[in-house]
Amino acid sequence: MIKFTSVTRDYPKTGAALKDVSFHIPKGEFAFLTGHSGAGKSTALKLMYLADRPTSGDVRVSGFATARMSQREIPRLRRRLGIVFQDFQLLAERTAEENVAFALEVTGARRATIGPRVMRVLTQVGLASKAGQYPRELSGGEQQRVAIARALVNDPLVLLADEPTGNLDERATRGIVQLLKDINASGTAVVMATHDLDIVRTVKGHLIELQQGAVAYDSADDAAQPESAAP
Amino acid sequence: MSLVLRETALAFRRAPLLSALSVTTVAFSLFVFGLFGLVAVNIRRTIGNVAERVEVVAYLKRGTDIETVTLAAQDIEAFPEVLRVVHVTEEDALARARHDLVEFKDIFQDLESNPLPASLDVRLKPEFRDAVHAAAVADRLRAYPFIDDVRFGQDWVEKLDRLRNIAGAVGAVVGAAFALVAIIIIGTTIRMAVLQRSQEIAIMRLVGATDGFIRRPFLLEGLLKGLLGGLGAVGLCYGAYALIDAYLLRASFFTVAQALIGIGAGGLLGLVGSSASVGRHLRNV
Repeated sequence: MIKFTSVTRDYPKTGAALKDVSFHIPKGEFAFLTGHSGAGKSTALKLMYLADRPTSGDVRVSGFATARMSQREIPRLRRRLGIVFQDFQLLAERTAEENVAFALEVTGARRATIGPRVMRVLTQVGLASKAGQYPRELSGGEQQRVAIARALVNDPLVLLADEPTGNLDERATRGIVQLLKDINASGTAVVMATHDLDIVRTVKGHLIELQQGAVAYDSADDAAQPESAAP
Repeated sequence: MSLVLRETALAFRRAPLLSALSVTTVAFSLFVFGLFGLVAVNIRRTIGNVAERVEVVAYLKRGTDIETVTLAAQDIEAFPEVLRVVHVTEEDALARARHDLVEFKDIFQDLESNPLPASLDVRLKPEFRDAVHAAAVADRLRAYPFIDDVRFGQDWVEKLDRLRNIAGAVGAVVGAAFALVAIIIIGTTIRMAVLQRSQEIAIMRLVGATDGFIRRPFLLEGLLKGLLGGLGAVGLCYGAYALIDAYLLRASFFTVAQALIGIGAGGLLGLVGSSASVGRHLRNV
């Protein structure tokens, strides 16, 4: 599903964000990328959705060998991924429904199919009753649910979430984590970057801990065992 | 297609101020270019009016019979440069002199015999009204045995040529400069619109929109803003022309075709400007 093999990402000014990172996230798994700020979690996610490319090494995402992909092929990969951010990244002047529909429209989906699909995912995230509201009229947790609905509407193979609860209070965080668990239970792989170990403890999943750009612990690999992130 | 239209309409509705601002900017930068165009059109028309007087006059030897002259006139009229040939008899010449040179009326009254020669007045086609072609026609006319002398005001025709060349060169340079300024201003305006929507573009990319898909609404927006700006510029130019014509000097305005070309050029500028701005933005993010 997602496979990193000896991946290094060097930035000319700030140095290496990832150093010789290898891991494998199989299909349908719930995986956590944890670590302190600057550990390389976001960089690893960016390499997965091709907002960035590795300096060396190989990144494979759902069958795509990303190193050889041309700029024109990137949209094809992204349509098979759902991406969620800490700051929601919703379009302020569109309603919840329009924000979700937008993700279908850009793929050229048939208009007649868009409405029902949007309502299905909004119902799934528990926001069907607020479809007509604008992001500013919604709470943080609700906005993140809209973002998750948008990520789900294309039936992605994997949902990539970069600190999705970073801007949320405890209650909203619990709600979002439960939603991600439900999504995973229905077959979609989830890769979540977070520094919040409380969340990690509530989910039985694959744990990859990054430290200063290197893999410090991988629960799929029994060789290493750091003290801080023992499940 | 309907999505592109909807997105474009949305862009205008969501940022009416910025849209109005860019249309106004396009209109005013094209207006400056248009004013220059008006000056060029009027100079060209004035030169054209002067050039209409370029005429080659072949004076005939006395006693040339009318039949020879008529045949020759037909012959000359067949020259590729020649528009028409008018045979001015000695009597016509005198009558014309009496009419045109009123101050010498007395002299012409007291004449015992007519001193003025008959002539063939040769008018050239508009595209041949310059010194080189007039001289060529004059040379060919001199070859007729019954023609005494040929005049076409070589000196002033050459001056006219020079004036035409200067006007053309200045026109091209200044016109290009104004056009360049207009392109830069319009490009910057459209770039602002692109930057204002950079977050939207980023999100579109994340959900898998192709660059072509992202570009289309911007291109349509640029085209529409350019066309509206062009229309505004033509309106402003008409206002300026009306004021000048009413209070300063008689002027002429663009033809309908020229005005339409101006509006079309606005649209094209908008299209090219937005294509360049969006393209650059998409390459850089």
